[in-house]
Amino acid sequence: MVAVLAVVALGAAGCGGGDDAAASTAGASGSGPSGTLTVFAAASLTDVFTDLGQQLEGDHDGLTVQFNFAGSSALATQLTQGAPADVFASANGTQMSVVTGTDLADGDPTVFTSNVLRIAVPAGNPAGVTGLADFARDELALAVCAPEVPCGAAGEDVFAAAGVTPRPDTQEEDVRAALTKVELGEVDAALVYATDVAAAGDRVEGISFPEAEGVVNDYPLCTLAAAPNPEAARAFVDLVLSEEGQQALEDAGFRAP
Amino acid sequence: MRRARTPAPLLVPAALAVVFLVLPLAGLLIRTPWSQLGTLLTAPGVGQALRLSLVSATLATAVSVVLGVPLAWVLARSRARGRAVLRALVTVPLVLPPVVGGVALFLVLGRQGIVGSWLAETTGITIPFTTTAVVIAETFVAMPFLVISVEGALRAADVRYEDAAATLGADRWTTFRRVTLPLVAPGVAAGSVLCWARALGEFGATITFAGNFPGTTQTMPLAVYLALQRDPQAAIVLSLVLLVVSVATLLLLRDRWLGRGAAA
Repeated sequence: MVAVLAVVALGAAGCGGGDDAAASTAGASGSGPSGTLTVFAAASLTDVFTDLGQQLEGDHDGLTVQFNFAGSSALATQLTQGAPADVFASANGTQMSVVTGTDLADGDPTVFTSNVLRIAVPAGNPAGVTGLADFARDELALAVCAPEVPCGAAGEDVFAAAGVTPRPDTQEEDVRAALTKVELGEVDAALVYATDVAAAGDRVEGISFPEAEGVVNDYPLCTLAAAPNPEAARAFVDLVLSEEGQQALEDAGFRAP
Repeated sequence: MRRARTPAPLLVPAALAVVFLVLPLAGLLIRTPWSQLGTLLTAPGVGQALRLSLVSATLATAVSVVLGVPLAWVLARSRARGRAVLRALVTVPLVLPPVVGGVALFLVLGRQGIVGSWLAETTGITIPFTTTAVVIAETFVAMPFLVISVEGALRAADVRYEDAAATLGADRWTTFRRVTLPLVAPGVAAGSVLCWARALGEFGATITFAGNFPGTTQTMPLAVYLALQRDPQAAIVLSLVLLVVSVATLLLLRDRWLGRGAAA
């Protein structure tokens, strides 16, 4: 019965959206999805998805959730090169379209959350950074993301909107690397996501700035057509889209889509 | 050396090893977008990254030779106690994930680091995110290759030559310069090549400790990694460039330098 429901949910919803049919399968412990679920997710989702994955494992005996957290573009490359995965959650639409463009996605992706940029500074803000304009100060040690990765592309947009020419010392390969440099106190400021500031705890302070509102990063996710474990994939997507999942995302600094 | 026919039991594994090592390179060549080669190669930043890679790898090798050859001598010849521990310690960078090495360098040489904070206070110099940091990161990762090679050469060298030199009145420094060093020259050359190649390909410690900025710290491996994020075709071309330049350099050196050494 549960299996039938799950199959119906899969057929009806695909990647399309939150369906309450499959959500009902999530309640029954010891039945439904089992085996291994592989989720490829953007680095910024590390904490929330790890928690949600543990929750899903707790709900279903015999289910193991494994994650591959990395920059969305690296994940998209791995997927187009045939890496086996059940779910892909990207930090922007561009990298999702790399995957949908090669017919690897099962149906259309769903935007499940969004994120804005924020300035991260070491605790106490030793350099007295107040806004985006400080990124033009040559005497500061500054980190941004490389333009090749989503947070870097978003950064270029906010700098353009603010009319600031940034003078970074390093263009980091992903947003967590930029944050690490703030945590180590090696840079005075880095442009990261609001969620990264929330995740970093006491060692990092966040400074919001008005231009961030103009560049909201949408996060789409989808199940993959070649998913080895489509049932578990569906359950995970439903958990992310459920009220519970959305609350967890909000607690981590994400915004409703 | 007498050339022998390869024993049959060695033939199959040797052939498998060749296939295993060469096939990925063949894959690169096959997938190279030859028609776009010109545009991709002249893209801004490629020459810059290549130049930076060659300069920093060469400097890292130079530093490794100056510091690593004496260290190899200590490991191979000195009678100091604790050499086994010392050897294990200096080869740590071989097993340490390079990214961890990069973080470790931060903790020592970063502006909040043990030595780095003192340096920043007294001289105003900060090392991270500079070309110096690239050379330091590469040296940290690559020097053990040279030390191990040279130590091996020193152990294999016949100490009777050195004894003879000493008997004839040469002091220890002269013996080292005039006898030991020429004796192990092929080992130093081979170690330098290994060290240079490792430094040229270094990624993890560099991107962590030196960051990534075109012109100052973006070496070819970093450029390849970032190109892969946006344009895999460009990444393949960049890898190919790095490959061709490194192989060409090694062949050239082999003729001029290693060839003589190996014949000796």
